[in-house]
Amino acid sequence: MIRFDNVSKTYPKQNRPALDNVSLEIEKGEFVFLVGSSGSGKSTFLRLCLREERPSTGAVHVLGKDLGKLSNWKVPHMRRQLGTVFQDFRLLPNKTVAQNVAFALEVIGKPKSAIAKVVPEVLDLVGLGGKEDRMPGELSGGEQQRVAIARAFVNRPMLLIADEPTGNLDPQNSVGIMKLLDRINRTGTTVLMATHDQAIVDQMRKRVIELDKGLLVRDQARGVYGYQS
Amino acid sequence: MRAQFVLSEIGVGLRRNLTMTIAVVVSVALSLALAGASLLVRDQVNSMKGYWYDKVEVSVYFCTKSDAATSVQCKAGAATQEQIDEVKASLDKMPLVQNSSFESSIEAYKRWKETNPDNPLLAAVGAEAMPQSWRIKLVDPTKYDVIQSAFAGKPGVKSVEDQRKILENLFGLLNGLQTAAFVIMVLMLFVALLLIVNTVRVSAFSRRRETGIMRLVGASNFYVQMPFIAEAAFAALLGATMASGLLLAGHFFVQHWLAQRVLFIHFIGLSSVLTVIPLLVVVGMAMAGIAAFFTLRKYLKV
Repeated sequence: MIRFDNVSKTYPKQNRPALDNVSLEIEKGEFVFLVGSSGSGKSTFLRLCLREERPSTGAVHVLGKDLGKLSNWKVPHMRRQLGTVFQDFRLLPNKTVAQNVAFALEVIGKPKSAIAKVVPEVLDLVGLGGKEDRMPGELSGGEQQRVAIARAFVNRPMLLIADEPTGNLDPQNSVGIMKLLDRINRTGTTVLMATHDQAIVDQMRKRVIELDKGLLVRDQARGVYGYQS
Repeated sequence: MRAQFVLSEIGVGLRRNLTMTIAVVVSVALSLALAGASLLVRDQVNSMKGYWYDKVEVSVYFCTKSDAATSVQCKAGAATQEQIDEVKASLDKMPLVQNSSFESSIEAYKRWKETNPDNPLLAAVGAEAMPQSWRIKLVDPTKYDVIQSAFAGKPGVKSVEDQRKILENLFGLLNGLQTAAFVIMVLMLFVALLLIVNTVRVSAFSRRRETGIMRLVGASNFYVQMPFIAEAAFAALLGATMASGLLLAGHFFVQHWLAQRVLFIHFIGLSSVLTVIPLLVVVGMAMAGIAAFFTLRKYLKV
């Protein structure tokens, strides 16, 4: 699903690489936590997966494609096959919940009839049935993140990338979001989630990948947030 | 591509950015109107050249009795019939000459009286003061020099004159106007381009949230950029429409006011204006669209 082969990324005008010779593979259907302190290279890792950056050296394969060799005009098609969720939700404040989800389908040219069918389905799935016509501002943070997840999942992507999805949420809402992501994972979608939330990682007991100063320092199946002593 | 979606995006974009949109529309309108005007002036000059050059003649004037005192050419006094016939014989041999006609002193006097009815000299001057002349129509009106060198200085010939010289001043003025319109057009077009680039930038910035999400969910570049390009092209279309209105207004001014006061010029008709208008629309929209496209390449990267 995702394969990094000796990937390094150095941003211009910086001495230390943001990612330093990272190699790893994430299989289809896995649930993976990406942990590490700020500046450890988590964001760069995710940006490489989304092809927002290209590696300086090495190769990044996502969904069976070598992103370094993918031409610019093919990138949108690649991104349609994966979903993304962010800490700040990234919803459109002037559109309703249903319109926000529909927007993602409209802009990739899906026909209206298909949109009308799948949007209520996915909103039911994330537990927002009945709130289709609410504005994002009227919702709690947890509910807004559910809208964002609905938007990311509405295309039934093979891979869901989440960048600190619980970063702005209280513990109770965080648990709800994690349950939702776990349910999505059980449908067969691979989930890659960068997080700082120790409680969640310790509770879920999934694979943990830890980065430190750009180096891959730990890759542990059924791991926890910090090192076990 | 869903038309309804794109149209609503255009509407939102233009309204959000109303003052800039107005600036773009007006500057595009002015620059396109000037472009159209300069094209039409060129058409007008060409049409006048065709019309007038067809009518102009080269004249070979002969000495009159009174010229003997004032002109070196005419020291020998008035030209004799023999000299006049000799010039005619040479003219008939030249392939450049289409035809030639003789204007007697009396005919010349009559014509002068018609064109200058208020001249105070009219009473004092008699027909014998007017020179006799051969009026020559050339196959190629630009080859005036040939006649000039053949007959200037011949006995009895006072001067050889080309009417084109009088027209050249007028055409020079019109060409100057056309150049001025062109220069102003280029400047206005440049201003319009800068305004379009800026408008698209502001528009892209104010909608960065939408475009960010569009990129995230995998909307194609075309889909992301289309609303902006269409927005610029639509503003340009409004501008081109205004420019067309200005040109048509100018045309009606010329037809209904100027043409009735300036009778000696044949003005170009509505059909010329109507052929320029689609050109303006196409050029304006293409220019705006292309400017928007290149601006977006910088601001909306994949």
